[in-house]
Amino acid sequence: MSFARLGLRTLRSLPSAQVSRSTNFLAQRRYLSAEARKLIDNAVSTNPLVVFMKGTPEAPQCGFSRAVCQILDVQGVPREQIKSYNCLEDQELREGIKEYSEWPTIPQVYIKGEFVGGCDILLSMHQSGELENLLIKEGLAPELPPDEPAAETKA
Amino acid sequence: MDVDDAVLPIQQVMENKLRSKLKIDFVEFIDTSGNCGSSFSVTIVSPDFAKKMTLARHKLVNQILADEIAELHAFSQKTLTPEQWAKEKGKA
Repeated sequence: MSFARLGLRTLRSLPSAQVSRSTNFLAQRRYLSAEARKLIDNAVSTNPLVVFMKGTPEAPQCGFSRAVCQILDVQGVPREQIKSYNCLEDQELREGIKEYSEWPTIPQVYIKGEFVGGCDILLSMHQSGELENLLIKEGLAPELPPDEPAAETKA
Repeated sequence: MDVDDAVLPIQQVMENKLRSKLKIDFVEFIDTSGNCGSSFSVTIVSPDFAKKMTLARHKLVNQILADEIAELHAFSQKTLTPEQWAKEKGKA
């Protein structure tokens, strides 16, 4: 009998209360060591703009991560301003970051040490203009030149 | 463990949880996984979102659905007040 089937049989043969307790325990297991928390703290406080994502800005490996990078791109944030961490390369970071921010999904964007949001929030802030204001205020995106004076009417 | 919970699709479990914790005017789950059921996009309209920033609204939803989201691959949400929802429908 294969290992997986054996495991399943064990699971089924246990009283359901016990199974539910042990799965709860797994779900609540803490991944974030004090050391990892310090590393994340350090990353978000020493870089003005941090993105925890799947893949890299050059090669995102998830549509939501790609969207976040595209939004920052459209906002005119220079690539060198973005400090990105690839959560697919680091399993501890992948789980730890979720616990750090108490946010269940990746990507996650931090500006000046503050958690801003994931893809949905970045997108809605982008649409409302809130993101542009924030990026300019923090000096992460160039301020657009004021609108050209209304074009002279041609005779 | 509630036996009924075990057989319900995760989508239904999430909807029930939201309804029990929030006043819901409208909720819609869209399965964005291509049928494997591990990825959802949800629109939630609730008066409870009034006077909350988007981040706070999402955190509220994340908290209510913490167990379910942990099992999903992707979860995207849109959280609106009834007023915002009416405006959005007006635009469409």
